[in-house]
Amino acid sequence: MVQDNDRQDASGPMIRFQKVKKSFGDVHVLRELDLDVATAERISIIGASGSGKTTLLRILMTLEEPNSGVIYVDGEPLWHKKVNGELVEADEKHLRKMRGKIGMVFQQFNLFPHMKVLRNVTEAPIHVLGTPRDKAEARAKELLDMVGLADKMDNYPSQLSGGQQQRVAIARALAMQPKVMLFDEITAALDPELVGEVLGVMRQLAHETQMTMLIVTHEMGFARDVSHRIVFLHEGQVLEEGPPEKIFTNPDHPRTREFLSRVLEH
Amino acid sequence: MLPPFDLLPTLVRGLRVTIGLTLAASTLALIVAVIAGVARTSKNPLISGIVGFYVELFRGTSVLVQMFWIFFVLPIPPFNISLSPFLAGVIALGLNVGAYGSEVVRGAIQAISRSQIEAGIALNFTPTQRMTRIILPQAMVRILPPFGNLLIELLKSTALVSLITLSDLTFQALTLRQTVGRTTEVFAVLLIMYFLLAYPLTLGVRWVEGRRVWA
Ligand SMILES: Nc1ncnc2c1ncn2[C@@H]1O[C@H](COP(=O)(O)OP(=O)(O)OP(=O)(O)O)[C@@H](O)[C@H]1O
Ligand SMILES: [Mg+2]
Repeated sequence: MVQDNDRQDASGPMIRFQKVKKSFGDVHVLRELDLDVATAERISIIGASGSGKTTLLRILMTLEEPNSGVIYVDGEPLWHKKVNGELVEADEKHLRKMRGKIGMVFQQFNLFPHMKVLRNVTEAPIHVLGTPRDKAEARAKELLDMVGLADKMDNYPSQLSGGQQQRVAIARALAMQPKVMLFDEITAALDPELVGEVLGVMRQLAHETQMTMLIVTHEMGFARDVSHRIVFLHEGQVLEEGPPEKIFTNPDHPRTREFLSRVLEH
Repeated sequence: MLPPFDLLPTLVRGLRVTIGLTLAASTLALIVAVIAGVARTSKNPLISGIVGFYVELFRGTSVLVQMFWIFFVLPIPPFNISLSPFLAGVIALGLNVGAYGSEVVRGAIQAISRSQIEAGIALNFTPTQRMTRIILPQAMVRILPPFGNLLIELLKSTALVSLITLSDLTFQALTLRQTVGRTTEVFAVLLIMYFLLAYPLTLGVRWVEGRRVWA
């Protein structure tokens, strides 16, 4: 049990990682990681392969449980429940309540192959949120239109290109109206010529919404354009963070510099 | 009626029983297979343990012995459960094929990629919704063809119910052989009738295999 001495309120950050540790066997992936993300802030998380970027997002999406530390989302502990002022391990009910605040887009899209595009987008709103079907479909069509796929709603995912599938996945996550969206290298699995269309949708999203966004990406130009802040992860900790102009032009830490020179080369 | 058509009225009476038995036992087997297959993937060791015991018990013993138990032993104290031959046949065949079927269901569920479950978690589906809306519909595609083959086996096994006094197709054929003789003729018609029952099932399995609309 952890003492809940840091009371969170509405004016606090949308997301707070407090000394979060995660290891897989002997591999220490997150080492007492601290990170705050403000409401409506967009951060890009960068770092070498294996630095823990995916793990950080997966813990937020409750796909992976941290070994210790506390995470707050929207003022409430994510993996814990408050009982008489003490934090105890969350049950499925609490996790489900918290998941309602968070959405995620995966590297491999993970669309439901047995559902047509429209149903991929409406299934959760209808059956999780209880949205009436006609309203859910109208909203889904709007979202598919926004990602430029209104004409594909009667296709199965397998009939779409990777870029199109990823845009459906973005629409599907948006349909749940989460407060926080997580994007894990959503262009990494795409052929180079399809990356642009997905990043285009992301740029539009960044301009038109006030959603809090955590973006893991290797597309440094894109990160620079859409992020309020860049977070450089190194060996499971935030080694350096700051506004894109600063991090990309004049980072403080030699390791950040070394990483950037490596990825900006190609 | 000309031979062998004079044999038909009696055999058709048996055929009706065989078809009814196959339909009822298949339905039971399908329900049992899905429930037991899902339960075996449960994280609760008690649930998966009990279901595992059932599956191994029914796979590890002969269906005929199971039928004898249900029909001859259950009516005796301390059980005192008397079942009609038809019901005993349905239960024995349903539970037996259901045990094999549950392994098919379990395998198909476990073949669904973890990332599908994770997408379901990210969209905040309940565990039950993840099973019924995401995993099982995808698993069905893998389940149906082997399950069709199990149903063909089930159909053929129904012949065993003649040994618990049920007047199925095989039972009627054996009776005819005793009353009118003509062994070759009787068993030739019997063979054809079983084949005509099983063949549409075989075609059905092939149709299902070729029908998947999504890749
Ligand atoms: N389920 C798991 N079991 C064991 N080890 C894991 C698991 N998930 C991640 N790891 C390990 O944890 C470390 C961090 O992984 P993570 O996926 O978070 O890195 P990443 O920063 O996203 O890397 P990449 O840029 O390659 O995607 C890696 O060494 C990885 O092998
Ligand atoms: Mg990763």
